Amino acid sequence: MTHERTGSEGLSLEESAGYDRRTLDYIQRAAATGLYEIRGLGAKRKVASFDDLVFLGASLSRYPLEGYREKCSTKTVLGTRHARKPVELATPITIAGMSFGALSARVKESLGRAATALGTSTTTGDGGMTVEERSSSKTLVYQCLPSRYGFNPDDVRKADAIEIVIGQGAKPGGGGMLLGQKVNPRVARMRTLPPGVDQRSASRHPDWTGPDDLVIKINELREITDWEKPIYVKVGATRVNHDVKLAIHAGADVIVVDGMQGGTAATQTVFIEHVGIPTLAALRQAVQAIDDLEMRGKVQLIISGGIRSGADVAKALAMGADAVAIGQGVLMALGCNSGSYVADGRHVSAIEDYRRLGTAPGFCHHCHTGKCPVGVTTQDPQLEQRLDPAVGAKRLTNYLKTLNMELTTIARACGKQDVHHLEREDLVALTVEAAAMANIPLAGTNWVPGS
Amino acid sequence: MEGVKQFDLAVTPLREVNRYLHHDVAASGVERVKILNADGAHSIAVGLNVPLDIEVDGHCGYYLGGMNQLARITVQGNAGPGVGENMMSGSIRVKGFASTAAGASAHGGLLAIQGDAALRCGISLKGGDIVVGGSVGSFSAFMAQAGRIVVCGDAGDGLGDSLYEAVIYVRGSVRSLGTDARFEPMQASDYEAVRELLDAAGFEHDPRDFKRVASAKSLYHWNVDANQEY
Ligand code: SF4
Repeated sequence: MTHERTGSEGLSLEESAGYDRRTLDYIQRAAATGLYEIRGLGAKRKVASFDDLVFLGASLSRYPLEGYREKCSTKTVLGTRHARKPVELATPITIAGMSFGALSARVKESLGRAATALGTSTTTGDGGMTVEERSSSKTLVYQCLPSRYGFNPDDVRKADAIEIVIGQGAKPGGGGMLLGQKVNPRVARMRTLPPGVDQRSASRHPDWTGPDDLVIKINELREITDWEKPIYVKVGATRVNHDVKLAIHAGADVIVVDGMQGGTAATQTVFIEHVGIPTLAALRQAVQAIDDLEMRGKVQLIISGGIRSGADVAKALAMGADAVAIGQGVLMALGCNSGSYVADGRHVSAIEDYRRLGTAPGFCHHCHTGKCPVGVTTQDPQLEQRLDPAVGAKRLTNYLKTLNMELTTIARACGKQDVHHLEREDLVALTVEAAAMANIPLAGTNWVPGS
Repeated sequence: MEGVKQFDLAVTPLREVNRYLHHDVAASGVERVKILNADGAHSIAVGLNVPLDIEVDGHCGYYLGGMNQLARITVQGNAGPGVGENMMSGSIRVKGFASTAAGASAHGGLLAIQGDAALRCGISLKGGDIVVGGSVGSFSAFMAQAGRIVVCGDAGDGLGDSLYEAVIYVRGSVRSLGTDARFEPMQASDYEAVRELLDAAGFEHDPRDFKRVASAKSLYHWNVDANQEY
């Protein structure tokens, strides 16, 4: 029962700041179940982000490019340090690693088709490489995760790059989890597990432990692939300065840093909200670490975790990233949290299905249940039909295209012929927090907190 | 000698040797490759995909025979961490001892270690067979998903922690079992399995001396009683 506040109750209905309704709900829930809550997507709390930065477009002191006519390159090359065949992309906007298991094979196919249409890469996840994603993706990054589910040399040879995953922004230091309802026979077979088990993924790699071992592990993968493929190392954002330096020392070609806003298919809420640092802060530290080692231009940096728009991409590049990776935005482009799905060219309402999960479009984070109302994060044979791979590919292509256009629009307005020429000097911060974390002056001042 | 090729790692860089084993050997008619002076080098004979006999002379560093398919590799010495990691098929025989994480995540094939294996032997095993002539260190078979591990000596602490479907046979003592691992009675099929694996590895023991360790499966479901209100 909820009380409508009329304003005349005075202090008798005053809500507590410390024990607000959300906290009460949390405590009651914990008391009822004796278990932590598990959910999907990323941090919901508000943290300093790219929204707190704005660009200084060109005017008299700088010279803009003609928005629709003058060339602005988005070409992006990753893995130039040691790999004989670096990854060449038409855009710095890539698709983040998401597992087959978390996503259906149809969704994986949509991702591959859209990425290929845009000339960018897609990434496997914890659960191996599917035929659907390999055949639909021109450029596919193959993840080597602690669980090693489905990891095999044939797919290593088929991959265009290998990403050693050490952590994820949503849960740095945590292993993975795929609840039994999503472990259908095909997922189970690929992971060598009995169908229906709640599958746990280890938090540490089985055959190496510290940074000294990582050097040797990276070299093994290089030997296996005859030094052909770029090796990425992905870390969840925590002690970014040290982790990035250690990964560079270990020989990585590309570093992927995933901030706390990064998504997950199923993780403890306490982890999602309370472990890791915001993407904005992580990016600044990662760039600093690369600069400290004088590796700019040799080692490439991919940032992920809450990149949603062309403006976010442009800001990430201006701060020093070479590329971005998008996960949740991609799912949302496919229909995540939309009120309807498309069947036979018509929009069909999914509201009732959201209601059955106890949620509504705009609030859903129920990927862990496997009952995704729009057929994105499910292995259910009926539900997965709600996403037609062709429709998904089209929507995602549109989304990525929009981001790319926004990115070049901003770059041109800042006078850049290449989006990689965007620079920190093109940015100012709107809040003291963002200024401090990003090491960028507060708008209208020369003041950078802490310097 | 026809059909035999020899490399000396003191002379030829490892990268060249591995490249040869990946590409050139297949059509060459060579059936046996000898690698001399291993001298602790890492990643010797990794990523092979040919039915070939390979003999490595000396002690190896990390990841000998990593991701092996089809090749039959023999090491006349000790093997460093992660020997045969993610092996898919073929075999690796270590005449000496093996360091940590031997056979980690191996999907298939046979890893036979004559001496002892250190910590985390058979971690994340996914279907491969491991036979250890001596003892295994603590935390062996952690999260092992499928496959069989035969230990002719003793096992350390936490054996089989968080096991899935892999089965462990131990001849000697087990210092302690890990969470969710338990002793189970040996069935006729277990004796047969142990016999087959001992024969394949070339070790002589009586299968009746072995105990079976498998998963109690109490971790298979995160919490079945959970009244999680989605
Ligand atoms: S709509 Fe589907 S993908 Fe989106 S949060 Fe809900 S369950 Fe996850």
